[in-house]
Amino acid sequence: MTEFHDAPRYGLSQLDYLESEAIFIIREVAAENEHPAMLFSGGKDSIVMLHLAVKAFAPGPVPFPVVHIDTGHNFAEVLEFRDRRVAELGIRLVVGSVQEAIDSGRIREGVGGSRNRIQTPVLLHTAEVNGFTALMGGARRDEEKSRAKERVFSFRDEFGQWDPKDQRPELWSLFNARINQGESMRVFPISNWTELDVWQYIAREKIEVPSIYYAHVRNVFLRNSMLFAVDRHLQPRSDEPVFTAKVRYRTVGDATLTAAVESEADTPEKVVMEVAGSRVTERGATRGDDRVSEAAMEDRKKEGYF
Amino acid sequence: MDILRFATAGSVDDGKSTLIGRLLFDSKAVFTDQLESVERTSQLRGDLYTDLALLTDGLRAEREQGITIDVAYRYFATPRRKFIIADTPGHIQYTRNMVTGASTADLAVVLVDARKGLVEQSRRHATIVSLLRVPHIVLAINKMDLVDWSEEVFESIRTEFLEFATRLDFTDVTVIPLSALAGDNVVRRSSNMPWYEGASLLHHLENVYIASDRNLTDVRFPVQYVIRPQNGRGDYRAFAGQVVGGVLKPGDEVVVLPSGLPTRIRAIDTADGEVLEAYPPMSVTIRLDDELDVSRGDMICRQHNQPTVTQDIDAMVCWMDESELRAGQKYAIKHTTRTVRALINEVQYELDINSLHRSQSADSLGLNAIGRVRMRTTQPLLVDAYRRNRNTGGFIIIDEVTNRTVGAGVITDN
Repeated sequence: MTEFHDAPRYGLSQLDYLESEAIFIIREVAAENEHPAMLFSGGKDSIVMLHLAVKAFAPGPVPFPVVHIDTGHNFAEVLEFRDRRVAELGIRLVVGSVQEAIDSGRIREGVGGSRNRIQTPVLLHTAEVNGFTALMGGARRDEEKSRAKERVFSFRDEFGQWDPKDQRPELWSLFNARINQGESMRVFPISNWTELDVWQYIAREKIEVPSIYYAHVRNVFLRNSMLFAVDRHLQPRSDEPVFTAKVRYRTVGDATLTAAVESEADTPEKVVMEVAGSRVTERGATRGDDRVSEAAMEDRKKEGYF
Repeated sequence: MDILRFATAGSVDDGKSTLIGRLLFDSKAVFTDQLESVERTSQLRGDLYTDLALLTDGLRAEREQGITIDVAYRYFATPRRKFIIADTPGHIQYTRNMVTGASTADLAVVLVDARKGLVEQSRRHATIVSLLRVPHIVLAINKMDLVDWSEEVFESIRTEFLEFATRLDFTDVTVIPLSALAGDNVVRRSSNMPWYEGASLLHHLENVYIASDRNLTDVRFPVQYVIRPQNGRGDYRAFAGQVVGGVLKPGDEVVVLPSGLPTRIRAIDTADGEVLEAYPPMSVTIRLDDELDVSRGDMICRQHNQPTVTQDIDAMVCWMDESELRAGQKYAIKHTTRTVRALINEVQYELDINSLHRSQSADSLGLNAIGRVRMRTTQPLLVDAYRRNRNTGGFIIIDEVTNRTVGAGVITDN
């Protein structure tokens, strides 16, 4: 009887466990890497990650800048949120602009105007010119099967490439952050979180996220059986009728690739309920970019994508 | 709801990935788009049934070869628990990835094929699981459907394993007969094996008691990061880290190692305010009464319960690199939050994982070898025996030129 009652007393709930693990990882990056930075897009995962970074160093400031690779196709609500959050925290924001890279001729836009793949050279370029030796990202292992394979501290060679067949062993919480000149680390503090954990945490911590994560009425049209919003970057073709629907976004990526889902969930608690009952993964439901092939993500990651 | 982390291990084709696919599928943790994709691939390959192993084999090379190369992490939850699965590879050449997956596990499921019984890989994995002191082990005897659900087959493998296990160090062994392909004894009890009276695998995973696995006796707080805001709160100076042993409270008399200077805990901070106690694996920030010189790699513990401060380390080492470990070589050692250099003095013996025989003539350890090594470090480490504490008893070995993680060690008693 007493034994049973001792258990919860010195046990951590799943959210406390994940929070503690993420804080440990973020502190470890700051302690071991000379010039780390954290990716911050204004998406829910990076918002949670930045919230954890604030917690990790409180009452001191976050000791690294945040970076956003701006495809030029972002949702306006998300960019507005990004800038406001960064200003509140008084943290430095470094923006790597895909548009600028295209304009200067450094890279060329892909077929059909997709900017998903050309983010990678801009990311690598931004890291290089700023001298970042470690980049923290909000990727989660439950998102996609090649991500399920990735280490928490993931080594990148001097070309920014990932070699999934030769990853460093990673035992206990002893992370090997060492690199030689030109090499770098990608670090994933919320590797072990699921979409549901993220939303439960957002609800518990009362973390603000961009309004488009909650149900709202919007002009949309159907493409590849997904609902896309009419946006300054994305217009329907003549055979794609526009209609209004109550939708929300489960992920916010490139506005030309990210679909909305029909939803009534207009509070974090309702989103938790919706996510818990969902039978489709968030990327499967909303991301055109992962539908190219079974190894679409793996191929992009090998090139240096997050 | 708490978290159980478990690792699956076993030989190639023992059905690990299928078992996990089955666990996810039967506990309704597989999403329809994932299942459709797996069904499509299975059909394209002309499989007779939907190959659930495809749910976990995430890399192109893995799907092409039908083997698991690296650990895949999977997540599911039941109303009782959240589970993190480390699906580890069976191939001997990827043993380092199996070690990666098992090092953080509360429980290990070692699969054997009922038709083949224990093979070298089963023994190797059991040995590694024991060496890493994963607190709970399940021997899952799979493919029972292919031996006509025979109790005799089950009993003989069980007996053979328990005999082997007496020479290892397990505290909790459970043996379950199952069929991952058909789902018998995975989520629900099987009606094909009425002679088996134990729990299904999932029922066991949901109920195994893990709260007492953490060391709540020996206070150990490796300092990870010094928090000292430059502007504003100029007087604030505190030590951030993760508690890896014992329970800390404000007012506790403590010492900071390696200096040995005594002081008292003034407060335990988190971003959400002060807490009245901190225990593993909480990440907290500790303020001390006195202005001491404390930096990353130091450790806060109790006056009368301290780790050993030593430069001489005896450890069982699992070697994970193509280059051999030999006496006379120098490496970097990362232990808790402290990194030092070490000189290998001696390879005392290599362990034959089949017979558990100690080969004294060995003077080197090759890829995937396990052996006892003696080394001397340039700076003292603050260590406990691994059996006492997985955090203060384990370390990794790093090649200082390539920066690769080339080995892992667990500190033995004395």
